Amino acid sequence: MADSNNVKEQPVSRRNFLKNSGLVLGSLVVGGVAGSLLRKPEPPAQPAAPPPAADYNQALMFFTPEQFKVVDAACERIYPEDELGPGAKALGAAYFIDHQLAGDWGFNAREYMQAPFFPGEITQGYQGRLKRREIFDIGLQEMNNYSNSTHGKRFYELPPEQQDAVLKAFETDELKLTTISASTFFNMLRASTIEGVYADPLYGGNKNMDGWKMKNFPGNQMAYTQLIDKPEFVKMAPLSLRDHQQH
Amino acid sequence: MAKKLPKVDVVIVGVGWGGGIIASELTKQGLTVVGLERGKERKTEDYFMVHDELRYALRYEMMQDLSKETITFRSKMNIRALPMRSYGSFLIGTGLGGAGIHWNGQTFRFLPYDFEIRSKTIERYGAKKIPEGMTIQDWGITYDQLEPYFDKFEKMAGIAGEENPLGGKRSSPYPIPPMRTTPSMKMFADAAKKKNLHPYILPSANLSQAYTNPDGVARAACQYCGFCERFGCEYGAKADPVVTVIPVAKKTGKFEIRTHSHVRRILHTGNKATGVLYTDVTTGEEFEQPADIVVMTSYVFNNARILLMSKLGKPYDPATGKGVIGKNYAYQVMRGGAVGFFDDKEFNNFAGAGSLGMCLDDYNGDNFDHSDLKFIHGANIAVTQTGFRPIGTNKVPPGTPSWGKDFKAASIKYTNRFISVGAQGASMPFRQHFLDLDPTYKDAFGDPLMRITYDFVDQDRELAAFCADKCAEIVKEMGANEKLEINRKLGPYDITPYQSTHNTGGVIMGASPETSAVNNYLQMWDAENVFVVGASAFAHNSGYNPTGTMGALSYRAAEGILKYRKSAGGMLV
Ligand SMILES: Cc1cc2nc3c(=O)[nH]c(=O)nc-3n(C[C@H](O)[C@H](O)[C@H](O)COP(=O)(O)OP(=O)(O)OC[C@H]3O[C@@H](n4cnc5c(N)ncnc54)[C@H](O)[C@@H]3O)c2cc1C
Ligand code: SF4
Repeated sequence: MADSNNVKEQPVSRRNFLKNSGLVLGSLVVGGVAGSLLRKPEPPAQPAAPPPAADYNQALMFFTPEQFKVVDAACERIYPEDELGPGAKALGAAYFIDHQLAGDWGFNAREYMQAPFFPGEITQGYQGRLKRREIFDIGLQEMNNYSNSTHGKRFYELPPEQQDAVLKAFETDELKLTTISASTFFNMLRASTIEGVYADPLYGGNKNMDGWKMKNFPGNQMAYTQLIDKPEFVKMAPLSLRDHQQH
Repeated sequence: MAKKLPKVDVVIVGVGWGGGIIASELTKQGLTVVGLERGKERKTEDYFMVHDELRYALRYEMMQDLSKETITFRSKMNIRALPMRSYGSFLIGTGLGGAGIHWNGQTFRFLPYDFEIRSKTIERYGAKKIPEGMTIQDWGITYDQLEPYFDKFEKMAGIAGEENPLGGKRSSPYPIPPMRTTPSMKMFADAAKKKNLHPYILPSANLSQAYTNPDGVARAACQYCGFCERFGCEYGAKADPVVTVIPVAKKTGKFEIRTHSHVRRILHTGNKATGVLYTDVTTGEEFEQPADIVVMTSYVFNNARILLMSKLGKPYDPATGKGVIGKNYAYQVMRGGAVGFFDDKEFNNFAGAGSLGMCLDDYNGDNFDHSDLKFIHGANIAVTQTGFRPIGTNKVPPGTPSWGKDFKAASIKYTNRFISVGAQGASMPFRQHFLDLDPTYKDAFGDPLMRITYDFVDQDRELAAFCADKCAEIVKEMGANEKLEINRKLGPYDITPYQSTHNTGGVIMGASPETSAVNNYLQMWDAENVFVVGASAFAHNSGYNPTGTMGALSYRAAEGILKYRKSAGGMLV
């Protein structure tokens, strides 16, 4: 980009940052991280390790292999690989969704799931009894059913244009499902694809922070004091949460 | 049987901004105070991994666990209220510091007009200007009376700001200089000045420089890290109760905080409180905490809910308009804005602070003539740079599909090439908008959930459309391309998209027990040793964020409690 200004790649740990930033801390110290970190010695720098041969985080916790193939293909249509960079598949979005559904989020653990259940107005929000993992089970099954009945193949076997048509049918509620609305499922799939593309790589997606790189999002930096009022755009190599955990 | 504990001077229900301010002011004067907080302990050190959009912004790490307690909602009285099963419209705080931990820090003072809204509206436009059913009333206090408490709150928190040219009179300038000016803020200011408007830098509880407050608390400056709203500040730079008032109270040795303590009732004989009943959520054990004075600081919803469950004060009846607990619930009109896209400019949109921005009040309060308009009040109009994060922000010009190749390209292109100018619209109370107890749904203890009956009305729709046009004019003047997104149309109130955690009313203040629940010291008319502190006291909601005004009222209430203590009882007003 013509108007960008490349700042040298430089992983800054919290410890380094706080040491170098000259933060002024007065008598009654309440800025806890600053306070406690300033007292600790800095560990020796680690030599950069070669990238691992295999990603051992990529295994299924929730989906069946068949479900995974559907999700992986659908995510890729929502966020496809193109000249700008990798798509959802290469970024690991489907693994991200799998891992999320296996945990609290999939079980709606922090949501109010008590009876009685009544259908409500749209403005009252989701009122079903199904948990997200159950919605995915049903939605993915229906995507294959619909693909089979309209195009004679399972979703992931269809060419991209037909996959798009199936997704569109879900998005616009062109097909009626009995327990959930097709668009509810589609919206969930779309939103979690975006999450898988752009969440910190610790969750299994956004592989190599490539989602962030495409968007020029610098990830987990300590501070932007140096650029906040500058007129030029500043491009930086992103940092992940892992970059701050050097012990 | 609940275990009865030794009596204390004061018990506080909930330890957020309200609870923290009350605790620090009272313990400094030697009172013994117990703070009961249903959530967990918190320290700045906990935020080592805080730059995690998924965990904090999208999975609501710091907010109340809805599986245990939520609210129910209906738009009108003749339909069934249903539980808010997952988060959307607003986010409720929990744990030490409450929502004061994950707020942005945009710290305004309400306008002089706000405190006398009914009188001033009638004075300028006649009584007919107030439509049928709009229950605005004066607050029983004037801006000038409240000014010293605004000043106190601002000095405690360390507000960085520049004087609002259209705001109320100030007794002293902001304690520290305003935040830095980003390119988009500068463009907004230039555009506004060209239109003869009065832009100023948003007042901020994110410190623009290192600051030591009058209590001796020293804090470091904001680093513009961009992970502020919905996150805790790892630097202690954002004023929150845990880095300001709570340590001051603790240092006196007079403040005991009991976390994991969920208060369920105010105990009282007749109209005098004797203490509170609470459950230790880690063991299920019940305790009675006797106290001379009970202070409710459990946020708008639980302030009203616990009073109703305790049968203290007269419940509001929408049929007759009589009764006060639950009355005048109001919110915020966040529709009415415009987004500009810039093909030839790129901004560092990822950087920012919770309260970084440029704003103006030319269309707020009664700063402009409403004679020909079908609404009263208005909105603060602002451009903010709070730090756009990649999952939450995928702005694309109107007409772009919401997924697929074109979406990907546009969302990547414009992520650092858009500026949003927004209006934070005031919300007027109406007779049919109120809080009461839900007849069906219960919390984890078997107590009824709070029920909200609320919808947007014509006044809100007119306001949104008016503001959207003003915002669009400014964005155009700033040089955006022709494809603007203009958000004029306000639909029905919907509990699902996030709008704002500026819920107000339910235990409102005023000059008379007929029309209000508390007096201008936030002392309950119906129970002289109960003080109800929070935005629950607002008789309507202004075109601003609430915490500056809520903080001022908390200092006022603390003064009242000390007076009450000295005078050995009685009403303060
Ligand atoms: C994302 C977000 C951004 C915001 N940004 C701004 C902003 O920029 N500017 C602004 O002015 N305002 C902002 N706000 C609003 C601001 O956070 C609140 O106005 C303020 O924190 C309210 O303080 P409070 O003490 O009344 O309530 P809270 O902070 O909610 O504290 C109440 C406490 O009471 C506890 N409690 C509740 N019920 C019980 C019970 N039964 N027993 C024991 N304890 C209980 C809760 O756990 C909580 O800790 C924002 C809010 C959110 C969520
Ligand atoms: S933007 Fe500033 S105040 Fe907000 S969390 Fe970051 S450093 Fe703290």
